[in-house]
Amino acid sequence: MGMAEEILLRINGTEHRIHSDPATPLLFVLRNQLGLTGAKLGCGLEQCGACAVLMDGVSQLTCATGVGEFQGRDIVTVEGLSNGGTLSAVQQAFVDAGAAQCGYCTPGMVVAVTAMLDRAPSPTKVEITEALTPHLCRCGAHPRILEAVARLIGPGGVDD
Amino acid sequence: MTDNPSLLNNPNLDDWLIILPDGDIEARSGKVDVGQRISTALAIIVSEEMDVDLEHIQIAPPATIGFPDEGMTTGSNSIEQSGHALRRAAATARRHLIGIAVEKFGAPAECLNIKDGLIGVTGTNQTINFAELMDGGGFGIPVDPNAPLKPTEDHRWIGNAATPRHMTEFVTGAFSYVHDMALPGMLHARPIRPPHANAQLIDFDPKVTAQLTGDGIIIVRNGSFAALAGEDEYALIKAARRLAETAEWDLGDGLDTEDVFQRLRDNEHLSLPVVDGTPVDDPAPALRDPPPDAAQTLSARYERPYVMHATIGPSAGMAVCTDTGIEVWTHSQGIHSFRASAAEALGVAPDTLTVHHALGAGCYGHNGADDAAFDAVLIARAIPGRPVLLKWTREDEHAWEPYGSCMAAETRASINAAGQIIQWSQDTYSDTHRGRPRPDPGGDGPARLLGARYLSDPARAFSAKPTMTRQGGLHRNLDPYYDFPDTRLVKHLVRDLPLRTSALRCLGAHVNVFALESFIDELARAAKIDALAFRLNHLSDRRAKTVLNACAEAIGWGDVAAEGHGLGLAFARYTNSKTYAAVGVDLSVDDAAQVHLNRVVIAADAGEVIDRAGLSAQLEGGFLQAASWTLYEQVTFDESGITSRDWDTYPILRFDNVPDIETILMERPGDAPLGAGEAVGGPAAGAIANAIFNATQIRMRRMPFTPDMIRAAAAADTN
Repeated sequence: MGMAEEILLRINGTEHRIHSDPATPLLFVLRNQLGLTGAKLGCGLEQCGACAVLMDGVSQLTCATGVGEFQGRDIVTVEGLSNGGTLSAVQQAFVDAGAAQCGYCTPGMVVAVTAMLDRAPSPTKVEITEALTPHLCRCGAHPRILEAVARLIGPGGVDD
Repeated sequence: MTDNPSLLNNPNLDDWLIILPDGDIEARSGKVDVGQRISTALAIIVSEEMDVDLEHIQIAPPATIGFPDEGMTTGSNSIEQSGHALRRAAATARRHLIGIAVEKFGAPAECLNIKDGLIGVTGTNQTINFAELMDGGGFGIPVDPNAPLKPTEDHRWIGNAATPRHMTEFVTGAFSYVHDMALPGMLHARPIRPPHANAQLIDFDPKVTAQLTGDGIIIVRNGSFAALAGEDEYALIKAARRLAETAEWDLGDGLDTEDVFQRLRDNEHLSLPVVDGTPVDDPAPALRDPPPDAAQTLSARYERPYVMHATIGPSAGMAVCTDTGIEVWTHSQGIHSFRASAAEALGVAPDTLTVHHALGAGCYGHNGADDAAFDAVLIARAIPGRPVLLKWTREDEHAWEPYGSCMAAETRASINAAGQIIQWSQDTYSDTHRGRPRPDPGGDGPARLLGARYLSDPARAFSAKPTMTRQGGLHRNLDPYYDFPDTRLVKHLVRDLPLRTSALRCLGAHVNVFALESFIDELARAAKIDALAFRLNHLSDRRAKTVLNACAEAIGWGDVAAEGHGLGLAFARYTNSKTYAAVGVDLSVDDAAQVHLNRVVIAADAGEVIDRAGLSAQLEGGFLQAASWTLYEQVTFDESGITSRDWDTYPILRFDNVPDIETILMERPGDAPLGAGEAVGGPAAGAIANAIFNATQIRMRRMPFTPDMIRAAAAADTN
């Protein structure tokens, strides 16, 4: 087992000084040391997207990448997207579209859509597919997740 | 009187509804919400019949104490059982509360009105809320199954689209799944599984165990069952891998690798005729000769390999063992039957276990939930006083969940010169779909829990008994809903197949309807009759015709398909008594033999719609899950064990093949609501196969419809 080190993390706008083996994936630090259980373990293999967070605004999987890699980065988890009781626009669109069934994959989906719209406010159909294809859902909430995205893009709709 | 088992087993109104001191209503259901939104639908029902706004209805996940025992949450029964019971309970409660108010105000019932839990005397400012009327007491009366329901024209909640419960918690990450629970003094745990199901643990490497113990990790072992517990979850994952890799295993003969489709033909099997959807304990009838007026007789065989539940969150369970008993939190769909099997396996009285439902990731069926909960119990018993949160890894889930059985369906039918089916036969071959934990006087309960099979005193392996209930396991939807004369239906429970199987959404209906609806298209083509007209020619149920026609119209049936596109239709009424569903698929198959789902129409008649959004979500989700099984999924294994152990080796449907879906719901206010959660799975498979044929002239009779399989089918057609 690797040695625990002191690691500085900036998460949801707050600096955290934690002790961990830098090789321990960030997901386990978030969930077990910081009580941020929104990001989920789905596979531990970066194949399903349930563990996504924003790293410097980009969607980043956390189940297999060591916490050491996240030093000096600006990390926002799904918990950090809402401001007090106010949901982010993406979160609100998911609620309005009923874009979850069991909800397990939802935090990763919300993060992926947030990152996509930050990068491309009017994404094409191809861009939407590319952003969401790394994310698995078994309940089949896909149509409603796409509906949430469509609501966010607005009346102009999605270009083919 | 009622034939609803939920009401028969829990007749008292206080079993179902509690008026809280603030006037909110706590509705208690024994059915678990696993993402199918049953709690949203139940809240709508209670809200409507009691005239209390939706936000004042509370529904908690059930436990084995304090909640009605409604058996398992399976078979698309929740609306018809729990929904029916809570609706009558709410109607009884409303009438009872009005009765008290009549006495209190001295005003006749006609002069009273109810608004959001407040009873008022019309034309006065006199009001009283439900909690004041109850005065801290319970109802103390039985549920009246005939209590008058609110007239449909007064419905305010039923039939509308409600915001699903817990949505805000889902999108903010605040919702707590079993996986997220944290109890004081809790230890994490991970199981250590053998390389395959037939292997036994000889011993661990003592150097490794000494090191792990030195690091504070607790090793729990009982026979070939082994697990690690400790404070640091990630350290446990690494340790478990290392311990398994360095252990000495007796691999025995490995897994049987003979082709499962051959095994389905050749293995010993128990054959029973199915009459009116129900197996009969009689010898299976032989296939008869085609009738003399048969113009054509066709036969075909349709197949599915083993498929997974493939839940996105690997199973988890929490257990703590104290002087007063064992407390368990599980995402099992059958908390009472889990408790019965676990108690039997441990040799303790069932009431020493208290089992709470807590949400896991969705999947619909018997995945690893019960096994993970039992693993947690075994570990918690070895570490009394410490709560144990056990989680499976992705590999554990893929390799050890009980799969949906491999299946084969053999059809034969004769049509006369007029293109009418005059004889129909189907034989379905499968392992059991009934592997869930359940009380079993025959002593087969413990072996229904994975961990119990590996203890030093292992649960005795059992040979599944045939499910004899109407529309039960492998014979679900074996009986066609069409008006076929001279039908011969036989279920064959096949023995000695290589992998453990249990209930997966739709049970046998996925394959039975795939076979029936594919074969109908093959027969229609042979009769040179349009596939829609051919179906309608054999249907007398008006509601069935209505969904088929609505679906066909919306998918553009009869129009010329776009270049390279194919349209496919299929229909079924789930269990021949639940939701009617017709599915239309527009797909294309590219040069690399990849299937692209372009557009899908689902037309459904689920009786009275309770939760419009939830019903559509279930139908569309059901299509996508079934499309995934049908197009992509196959459990693979060799002698050394399961080889499909992650999402690369067991791919499921992703966003790059999600079609536009249009869902049409028939409006039937006042009719009985019908279970819908599994209604689309069978028609989805049939419609996809039929659309592939119409796009390519290749008839797919074996799932999954991957490029390799499509090319193989094309090659077989030309030979």
